[in-house]
Amino acid sequence: MTSTALRSRAWKLLEMVTTPLLPSDYLDLVSPLRAGADLRGRIEAVHPETGDAATIVIRPGRGWRGHTAGQYVRIGVDIDGVRLWRAYSLTSPTNRLDGRITITVKAIPDGKVSNHLVRRAKPGTLIQLDQPTGDFVLPQAKPAKVLYLTAGSGITPVMGMLRDIAFDDVVMIHCAPQPQDVIFRNELHGLVADKKLRLTEVHTDTDGMLDIARLDELVPDWTERETWACGPAGLLDAAEEHWSEHGVQERLHTERFRPSIVVAGDGGDVTFSTTGKTVDADGATPLLDIGEEAGVLMPSGCRMGICFGCVTPLKAGAVRDLRTGEITEAEPGVLIQTCVSAAAGPCDIER
Amino acid sequence: MTAIDPTAHLTSEQIEELGRELDAIRDEVIADRGEKDAAYIRKVISAQRKLELVSRGVLLFSIFPPAWLIGTAGLSVAKIMDNMEIGHNILHGQWDWMRDPKIHSTTWEWDHVSPSEQWKHSHNELHHTYTNVIGKDNDLGYGIMRVDEDQKWHPFHLGQPLWNFINACFFEYGIAAYDLELGKNLNKRRRKSPEFRARAKAVGRKIRKQVLKDYVIHPLLSGPSFLPTLGATFTANLVRNLWTHSVIMCGHFPEGVQVFERRSIKGETRGQWYLRQMMGSANISGSKAMHFMTGNLSHQIEHHLFPDLPSNRYAEVAVKVRALFEKYELEYVTGPLPKQVFSAWHKVFRLSLPNKKPKVETPDREQELVAA
Repeated sequence: MTSTALRSRAWKLLEMVTTPLLPSDYLDLVSPLRAGADLRGRIEAVHPETGDAATIVIRPGRGWRGHTAGQYVRIGVDIDGVRLWRAYSLTSPTNRLDGRITITVKAIPDGKVSNHLVRRAKPGTLIQLDQPTGDFVLPQAKPAKVLYLTAGSGITPVMGMLRDIAFDDVVMIHCAPQPQDVIFRNELHGLVADKKLRLTEVHTDTDGMLDIARLDELVPDWTERETWACGPAGLLDAAEEHWSEHGVQERLHTERFRPSIVVAGDGGDVTFSTTGKTVDADGATPLLDIGEEAGVLMPSGCRMGICFGCVTPLKAGAVRDLRTGEITEAEPGVLIQTCVSAAAGPCDIER
Repeated sequence: MTAIDPTAHLTSEQIEELGRELDAIRDEVIADRGEKDAAYIRKVISAQRKLELVSRGVLLFSIFPPAWLIGTAGLSVAKIMDNMEIGHNILHGQWDWMRDPKIHSTTWEWDHVSPSEQWKHSHNELHHTYTNVIGKDNDLGYGIMRVDEDQKWHPFHLGQPLWNFINACFFEYGIAAYDLELGKNLNKRRRKSPEFRARAKAVGRKIRKQVLKDYVIHPLLSGPSFLPTLGATFTANLVRNLWTHSVIMCGHFPEGVQVFERRSIKGETRGQWYLRQMMGSANISGSKAMHFMTGNLSHQIEHHLFPDLPSNRYAEVAVKVRALFEKYELEYVTGPLPKQVFSAWHKVFRLSLPNKKPKVETPDREQELVAA
């Protein structure tokens, strides 16, 4: 018998021993970061970067497959007992010797997860991790000239790149409200002093927003440069238009952070994505009734919110609990009770 | 359905007001629910797993009597924790708000021969929606017992003290059969329906796994302690069954608990639904340890009012609920475990014999007679 077959036999026997639990339920008690466990990480340190940004050092579980500079990772953090998932760019180089990874988080106003990570996260805390992903990465072949165009926390994936591979000719334009808001400022100035980087800081509180037309004056040879841009939608829209106008759009790589801003309204179009039906729902009718009227096969039970027989994934949008008025926004893994939830704006129910 | 309706003094406005006050209690807990609750359930789960692991470890040496005793006691407690404070409550969706897929009503499987999925349907949906409604709530006597004077007597009921005792010993199998609605489904036509067959198969699979684990694998792992370990797991299951059966009997069977007619829930308002839960459930008084070991089903009244609130909150909710009982002059049925168990068994014995029809008819019944 091969060793894999032997191992799977042994595992099956272990499963019989632990039934109805799984061996991993017991192993997680002692070794949550082991190989073969669901991917998790442990926060080992939190370093403040600016007044509202911090770098979180994470020891990933053994199953971590490693990232490419510029990629992001989704993390699940328990806040007030509720697991919330967000995506953050990786800011550590890919060859970090101690195997740790870092994300750098800027607290956004009313941001539950970002504020928690920047201000309250404690070393020792376990978090959930996904494998890194994203195609905002450097190419295999080294470009001769590079331009990084960033604003605010848009610097985070680019910092991952800067720390990972040194190019001969790198220019960076970075926008932030004031000098003290520039994340990684000391390190950037260090690179400048070592002549590894040419940096232009745009302080938008005093200089105003970056006018993309000024690019000619700031970086005269920008059309020859392979460019990575990350920042607010306005900046990226302007950049894409500008690069297209000059016929060099293939040199521009952009990454958009999409903060999930759901404006909770009252009713809206409800899509049942599995069956492909979309119907208009008011803000008072339970989604279970909406679905059944539309001919969608909905799981149901007590119809009064007590039996949890109707829970269904909410894939997009927001719903309102008809009993408490509480709004639930779609996130991966979020399930709702359709018998006591009504549409709070357009939403997508997996049925 | 007893001769005198204990809620007759309440106006419908009062009943709706009562409903609003109960909603307010629920909202308060939900607004406050958070990190410490999550920490609580995680701690309980982790403690249960460690206790089970250690107990099974000790039982490997159960050939030595002290090891047998300690291991059996530990395993009994671990099995009770798994069924009561953890399994029952997670399967009610009490912890779904944490969004942890590992502690969620849709994924949890418990140490019990009834698969979670089936139990959720018969318990959460049928029993909790139609609490104590004769003909709708099969938990009333589990279909094998007569638990109210108004239920028709049949010579079969003479044996109900015995049925109840056997059911107590093999309670988890009783529940599995009950979830399958075996009595109703064993006739030829229903037995062959693909839906029933699929469910029966699922139960069979679960029983096989449970039996294999408790009565084959673990005894085999114990080597020379094979027989003592077998005896230990059997004892632990027996203890767990007797305990859960007793706790559950105390929830709806003791004297003073009301049952309802099918007609009475037609067009039931939220307030009336709450009132039915209040009158149809009974508590067990006792220490913190007692509440924990019953999975907080000692707070059955509170659990029936708010089946999806985290169980660790029932104690604080009970103070407010009890105040409402007093305010609305209703009887809060509660008492220590021995008293409640005795009361429930007393009823089982009493109703095994036929009784006279109650003399005072409810107004409902009179109308029905007139109409007839």
